Amino acid sequence: MKKLLKTNLDTLFQAIASRQTLYIPVEDAGKQAAFIPYAPGLVMSGALNTARSAKDLFFPQVESLVNFRMDGKHIEIVSAEAEAKPFVLFGVRACDARSFDILDRVFYDAEPQDTFYAHRRDLGTVVTLACGAPEETCFCTAFDIDPAEPAGDVSVWESGDFYLFRANTEKGEALLRDLPLEDASDGAADAAKDAIRKITDLLPLKDLDLTPFGAGKTQTFFDDPAWASLSESCVGCGTCTFVCPTCQCFDIRDFDGGKEIRRYRCWDSCMYSDFTQMSAGQPRPTQKERFRQRFMHKLVYYPDMHEGLFSCVGCGRCLQKCPIHMNIVKVIRTLGEETK
Amino acid sequence: MNDALIPQIGVVTQIRVETPDVKTFRVVGLDGKKPFEHIPGQCAMLSIPGVGEALFSITSSPTVEEYLEFSIKKCGCVTDWLHSMEEGQEVTIRGPYGNGFPVDTDFVGKDLLFVAGGIGLAPLHSVINYCRARREKYGTIDIVYGARSMADLVDYREILDEWSREDGVSVHLTIDNAQPEWDGHVGFVPNYVTELKPDTSKTVVMCGPPVMIKFTLSGLMELGFDRRNIYTTLELRMKCAVGRCGRCNIGSKFVCKDGPVFRLDELDELPNEY
Amino acid sequence: MQGQIKEKAIALLRSGAADRVLGWKLGEFFYDLTPAVFRTPEEVERDFVFSVFSGPNLSKYLIEESKKEGRVAAFLKPCDSYSFVQLQKEHRIARENVYAVGVACDGMCDMKSIRAHGVKGVLSARQEGDRLLLETLYGPAEMAKRDALPERCLHCKSKKVVDFDEMMGENGTECPDCGRFDEVERLEALSAQERFDFWRGHFSRCIRCNACRNVCPACSCVKCVFDNPDSGVAQKAAASDFEENNFHIIRAYHVAGRCTDCGECSRVCPESIPLHLLNRKFIKDMNELYGAYQAGADFASRPPIMDFRQDDAEPSVIYARGGDRA
Repeated sequence: MKKLLKTNLDTLFQAIASRQTLYIPVEDAGKQAAFIPYAPGLVMSGALNTARSAKDLFFPQVESLVNFRMDGKHIEIVSAEAEAKPFVLFGVRACDARSFDILDRVFYDAEPQDTFYAHRRDLGTVVTLACGAPEETCFCTAFDIDPAEPAGDVSVWESGDFYLFRANTEKGEALLRDLPLEDASDGAADAAKDAIRKITDLLPLKDLDLTPFGAGKTQTFFDDPAWASLSESCVGCGTCTFVCPTCQCFDIRDFDGGKEIRRYRCWDSCMYSDFTQMSAGQPRPTQKERFRQRFMHKLVYYPDMHEGLFSCVGCGRCLQKCPIHMNIVKVIRTLGEETK
Repeated sequence: MNDALIPQIGVVTQIRVETPDVKTFRVVGLDGKKPFEHIPGQCAMLSIPGVGEALFSITSSPTVEEYLEFSIKKCGCVTDWLHSMEEGQEVTIRGPYGNGFPVDTDFVGKDLLFVAGGIGLAPLHSVINYCRARREKYGTIDIVYGARSMADLVDYREILDEWSREDGVSVHLTIDNAQPEWDGHVGFVPNYVTELKPDTSKTVVMCGPPVMIKFTLSGLMELGFDRRNIYTTLELRMKCAVGRCGRCNIGSKFVCKDGPVFRLDELDELPNEY
Repeated sequence: MQGQIKEKAIALLRSGAADRVLGWKLGEFFYDLTPAVFRTPEEVERDFVFSVFSGPNLSKYLIEESKKEGRVAAFLKPCDSYSFVQLQKEHRIARENVYAVGVACDGMCDMKSIRAHGVKGVLSARQEGDRLLLETLYGPAEMAKRDALPERCLHCKSKKVVDFDEMMGENGTECPDCGRFDEVERLEALSAQERFDFWRGHFSRCIRCNACRNVCPACSCVKCVFDNPDSGVAQKAAASDFEENNFHIIRAYHVAGRCTDCGECSRVCPESIPLHLLNRKFIKDMNELYGAYQAGADFASRPPIMDFRQDDAEPSVIYARGGDRA
């Protein structure tokens, strides 16, 4: 384990940024935290989490796939943007770190591999930060995530006057190797971990029960009458989807810029009415079916396809951001209660 | 970057008018050869940059070595454009996608009954011609095909000139309403199937509008068919065709990757959202 | 108030004066109330909550609810009532199917404001006079209620419920000195470049989730131009900066003269974009060009953009008004 005086954090950032692009959570113009490339003068935000999740760095909202030039009947393929450079993503919380595992199964470990996502994953080094002060909306522990023991290439803890660093992977070791850090004892973060766990024991959602959900539960929940009341006041926006660290549905669209046509992919939401709209019909005609799809996918379908792993990390963003305060916790409580 | 989402360029070398709203497009690669090999029932993404990309069944049989063909009904943005283009137009193409029909496993040695309505013949066309080309591997072949009118029957000439004349292949055509120049069967496909009283040992392959599927199915169930011997192919909106854009997700399946061909007992396991 | 409102809802359902009640439903916490339709007195008894966290504007739900069979009772705060009137003027709500209960309001607290005040892990809140007493994961905390209010309540334009069948509590009055245009004036005083930078700084965060549009009572088009593939401007995400700006500018234009300044757009924006400032700029300009007008304030007045008068401002006014800032 390594350590750094808190007052020297900026020196550390400068050292990293001199070699790679460094993203840190910074307070933006909306007074919320966002991952922004480090530049001298920027200060790490003290917010628990970024408003948008860390998935943006690997699966950006808009991403060029390929460009075309059209000339009469002729089409020419022009390859898209230049390659990205290695980067460090600093200050990811344990919940978002787990979301990368969930996204990896869709983009990285899948056949065929998504080369755009995989390329960014290979280039990125993830430095996680243990949660000092969880919010009441946090429920990562329901998914067996320990906010005191975040994953990633390097884990960081705040402890007294110091930050403590532990490399978890070769990539992490490579990052720490040349940084101005001092040695620390292996158990140096134990007190910090204990303090975090004392708080997580108090979290109001810590007992959220997921046992009724998971693989093989399609028949149990699909026709549940509660979907109607849960989705009743849903305004059909994409907020929950877009702030969610694990939502990964996308659209592929063409933008005709005149000279070239840019084919790009962008985030899409199963909450939108046109998501499944076909000229031949609409398999999900009302908001109830769209709403159900989102939660069934997270709580049943995804676990069905991925050894029981839920596609939710309990980050609480949807709890804080939904315009009408409907969210996965209410869905879990309502449907879960009925099975008892 | 070489990604599954990045297409290759293809050339449309021939366009045939099948019906007032269906045309068949022949596509080869820039090298003049077939863009890729496929299994009957698989699909490909075709696009015109700036207009959009859409998934279509490959209509030609894998046994055709020179090209791929697509019979496409005009019914939306991309298909409108395809219908308005001329021969020699380049398009983008990527694929093949999906599982395809089990032509070399479950279908082998079976008597096959194909049931299609309207443009629903397109995905079956590939299987039918594959089975005809490998005639010795299969038992009898029955084809029940219907459309609104004579003019809406896709591949009509090929059906009359080739399929109907082949030993062991029986073609049963029907149209919804009587027409003076039509001396064949008149009526809806589901009723025709029941009237024909097919033997329940046959393996059934169905494709057509949902209402046709629904009533044909209930007819077949009454006749005593086993749901494990009935196959159909689903159509949902798709963007990526590799199982991750999320649109064609039904239960734990992605239609683009795990389908589009499903056995009825497999479909019974899925929530009814197709 | 909570007790009286609940009793009223139950009485309306029992007497048959209403078949359904539109209100706010108990959440997981004390603050995450969800708009909901209650069908039985038991549902009301169990789940109905009216508190300083009943922020969501219910009026837009009345578009669909008033089309259904039977009568729906709706509890409307002053803001909600302006939207209610405006939607009636646009013939979106079948008034005869609605029983409107006006609810006096003294500002609705918002967790965004509470969190921005540095309070973390809030477990409960209790109002004592003008103070909020909070229990948190990290011990007790206290703040002025005023500090828990969102911008729209700090600059509340009116505490008057403008249309109701019955009023709960004493109806309030308009607040002409609310200072709601102060921030607009500050932006007007900037140079064109500074103003552009201000808006780019905000719009560049837009994730095009459509929450502002979907929650907006003035955005009641059955099919939005941005969702219509045939419009040529349908977007899922902004492919360029231009598209990012375009969405918000078009939306502001489209609701101009109809926006009641309820502030729902800014309340729901997950990226905290001050969208209400765009709308207020339009309101302020219209007030200056066509005379004072408040959308949703009454049934009789004619909306300035749908009204033609000889002395209307000419389009060229933008040059005169813009000057070197145009």
